[in-house]
Amino acid sequence: MSRVALEHVDKTYPNGFVAARDLSLEAADGELLVLVGPSGSGKSTVLRLMAGLERVSDGVIRIGERDVTDLPPQQRDIAMVFQNYALYPHMTVRENLGFGLSIRKQPRAIIEDRVRTVAASLGLEALLDRKPAQLSGGQRQRVALGRAIVREPLAFLFDEPLSNLDAQLRVETRVELSRLHRKLGATMVYVTHDQSEALTLGDRIAVLKEGVLQQIASPMKLYEEPANKFVAGFIGSPGMNFFEGVLTRIGTGGVCTFQGADFTIRVPCESGTNGRVILGIRPQHLEITDDSARGDGVVRAEVGVVEPMGNEQIVYVTLPNGERAVAIAPVQPRITAGEKVSIRVRPEGIHIFDAGSGRRMAR
Amino acid sequence: MRKISRLGYEARLGWALVGPALSVIALIAIFPLGWTVWESLHLHELRMPWLGQPFIGLANYVEIAKDPRFWAALAHTAFFTVVSISLELVIGLFLALAMNRVFRGRGFVRAAVLVPWAIPTVVAALLWRFIFESQGGIANALLVDAHILKQPLVWFIQTSTAWVPVILADVWKTTPFVALLLLAGLQNIDLSLYEAAAVDGANAWWQLRHITLPLLKPAILVTLIFRTLDGFRVFDLIYVLTGGGPGTSTEPVALYTFNALLQNLRFGYGSALSVVIFAITFGLALIYVRGLGVRLGGEEA
Amino acid sequence: MTSVRAAEARAKRKKAAGIQWGSWLFAAALIVLLLFTLFPFYWAIVASLTPEAALFRDPSLWPQQIIADHYRALFVDRDFITPIRNSLVVAGTTTIFCLCVGTLAAYALARLEFKGKAAIMGFILAVTMFPQISIVSPLYLLLRSLHLIDTYPGLIMPYMTFAMPLTVWVLTGSIRQIPRDLEEAAHVDGATRRQSFTKILLPLAVPSLVTTGILTFIYCWNEFLFALSFTLGPERQTVPVAIALFRGQYQVPWGEILAAAVVATAPVAAMVLVFQRRIVQGLTAGAVKG
Repeated sequence: MSRVALEHVDKTYPNGFVAARDLSLEAADGELLVLVGPSGSGKSTVLRLMAGLERVSDGVIRIGERDVTDLPPQQRDIAMVFQNYALYPHMTVRENLGFGLSIRKQPRAIIEDRVRTVAASLGLEALLDRKPAQLSGGQRQRVALGRAIVREPLAFLFDEPLSNLDAQLRVETRVELSRLHRKLGATMVYVTHDQSEALTLGDRIAVLKEGVLQQIASPMKLYEEPANKFVAGFIGSPGMNFFEGVLTRIGTGGVCTFQGADFTIRVPCESGTNGRVILGIRPQHLEITDDSARGDGVVRAEVGVVEPMGNEQIVYVTLPNGERAVAIAPVQPRITAGEKVSIRVRPEGIHIFDAGSGRRMAR
Repeated sequence: MRKISRLGYEARLGWALVGPALSVIALIAIFPLGWTVWESLHLHELRMPWLGQPFIGLANYVEIAKDPRFWAALAHTAFFTVVSISLELVIGLFLALAMNRVFRGRGFVRAAVLVPWAIPTVVAALLWRFIFESQGGIANALLVDAHILKQPLVWFIQTSTAWVPVILADVWKTTPFVALLLLAGLQNIDLSLYEAAAVDGANAWWQLRHITLPLLKPAILVTLIFRTLDGFRVFDLIYVLTGGGPGTSTEPVALYTFNALLQNLRFGYGSALSVVIFAITFGLALIYVRGLGVRLGGEEA
Repeated sequence: MTSVRAAEARAKRKKAAGIQWGSWLFAAALIVLLLFTLFPFYWAIVASLTPEAALFRDPSLWPQQIIADHYRALFVDRDFITPIRNSLVVAGTTTIFCLCVGTLAAYALARLEFKGKAAIMGFILAVTMFPQISIVSPLYLLLRSLHLIDTYPGLIMPYMTFAMPLTVWVLTGSIRQIPRDLEEAAHVDGATRRQSFTKILLPLAVPSLVTTGILTFIYCWNEFLFALSFTLGPERQTVPVAIALFRGQYQVPWGEILAAAVVATAPVAAMVLVFQRRIVQGLTAGAVKG
């Protein structure tokens, strides 16, 4: 097992599309690194670059300490699980699992043995003589996984492997994958567009946007200290609320006032922060109180839609000047659409982003 | 540096794999085409080898321009192409719509209509020649029995009646192909469009006019190109059915050229005719592709 | 409320009636078309079993008297075996050669990225469209100078002009429909490009190869102009030429011609009936989408 690293990688397609721009990131030995981003962010391309299915325009790729930049996929000793599983339709499950070994001219007995072991660990023994077309979606998924494991590669690459499963199976397989990662202790790189999958699976998460790395950090750090407005908005569901406004320093005590369209609030700030900013706050940190509340960071709002989730309510509100926000409230008291409420911005949940660059300035 | 070598590798492999097929095509199709042009600028009568093969410039083309038999042949070809393709498109569209529906025996219908397409044109022409042959043929018998004709016709003695079996045979043989191309287009249309229209209260006719036909336009155009070019090359069918007769009154350009080349052995003149046919077909293809903006094949999306 | 429901029901009934009328019309038109399609075959079979003298004497839709004389004459007196053998050799060789060479080209065009690919595709398409007659004269002169007139190579070579572009075009279309990630998975699993081609792509492309082969074979089997131009006598004539040039001493031997037509049609018709679905896919994959 070993690390997988990109060093200053650029990837530009012949049609001019830039899928990676000066990208450096590393999945450490035994780590599960999740690449996450919206479609077009280049995350799948990064995976394909690691696999060798695409070649970098510039930069270096290392697997272990070896420079594999110029090596074709078959010499990189990695395994990949494809979004559509890419099981060979003309081969049985047994042949699919053994393909990587037989192509490396492993002795038949060893292949048999490894295939049987892996099939047993994934509950595929009964299916070994079936063709992929005779399998259910979940079974295909497991065969694809098995095909990767059998080879005992240096690293595993996953390209949105759960996206073709139904919701329940997806959650089960997610847990299964987590367990597998712990058991194998292998280096894994996992691509997904689903931030909740990223948060639950990843040791660390790399957020990509338009081929540029936004932040790479542990799930908690990503959630609590997003590097910029994009990461803040992408991670967490429902997404963070943003309010434009002006930050003004009061005296010298490290305190500023945020003056937005709908509300004003005092926030702690470092020196040198002044001017146009964006205030970000997660729905969990917007507190819904009754209409009569007043004070710092309190704003009146009208409830638009309420989504009861069982253990909480997701409340969509419109502020007096037309700004919209989402808040998460406890199940009680019940809130109804059209109701007038007050919303309190809890200061401890505030993030301040620079209005121009989107970089996070302070908390 | 790295990128260049990699692309270089794929390009080399690509050209190496395409190479044999391309050189075969170039050798037996493109090189002869150039030769045809060269021949067309020379006087070359295989019957009169003592004349040699002198260069005569555009004289052959001048002769073509003044040749009434060529212009007549061109007119026959155009007439044949327009009439048969119009019929084939209409019937083919109906067939395609029919085969796109689910009904018992659909597979049988599809196989049945495919057979005429698959058999040799020569055989198709002979079948229809036999049906219309002589006054005692089955066509006459049926038409007289149905009181459409008062008395049996000799179909191949008059230009106007000689065209009937020719066009019928072509429609019979080629409509399946047209229907298949259109069917492929139909199957690309999202069924939910019809459901949406039906929910909105649109009747079948409206759906045909406003959903099927507009979305089928690309398939129709592709079919039109294929068939027009086919029509302009028509040879086998007329060679067997009428031999261009009576006289030369149903002779298409390909048949005239064939006669000039291999009956009269006038290779210079025949080659000039070949070049003209090629130019016309090429021009038509260009007009279609450019003018109608048809995208043929091309890259995967 | 009730009136709305009543109106709805009325509309439904009306619509159902409309559909019924529509389907009757549809069925009738379809039957007419089917009769139109099948009648010439039926008539040819009937006529090929009817004595020559009865062919044009008050023809009846039902066979009056069945004889096998025409078939016997076809194979015994006329040696119709020779043209069949010629056609098989020429069409078979052309098809196999085109498949071998065409598969490589189609793989490159479907799977590799290189400059000039689009131009090659355009070129191949253009060649499929150009009129055969425009290369008859040089091919004739060329074959004559190589002493290949009236030989098998003298037909196989010209047949490549249409068979090769057809094969490459149709195969490229169908290889593109095979998911690329299968080969990518094979690469990641350790396969070289050659292995991913032979172990993954080729097995998966077998159905397409069969379909393309059938299409190419049919086109070669049916070809007439080249076979007519580049053969001299019955020795090397193919089936279409032999049938077209059937002549009796005094009159057209329709009985034998139709028997020959039935014989020439039977194998193609059988292929079409068996591979109907595949042929349709191959044709449309090649023609409509690249």
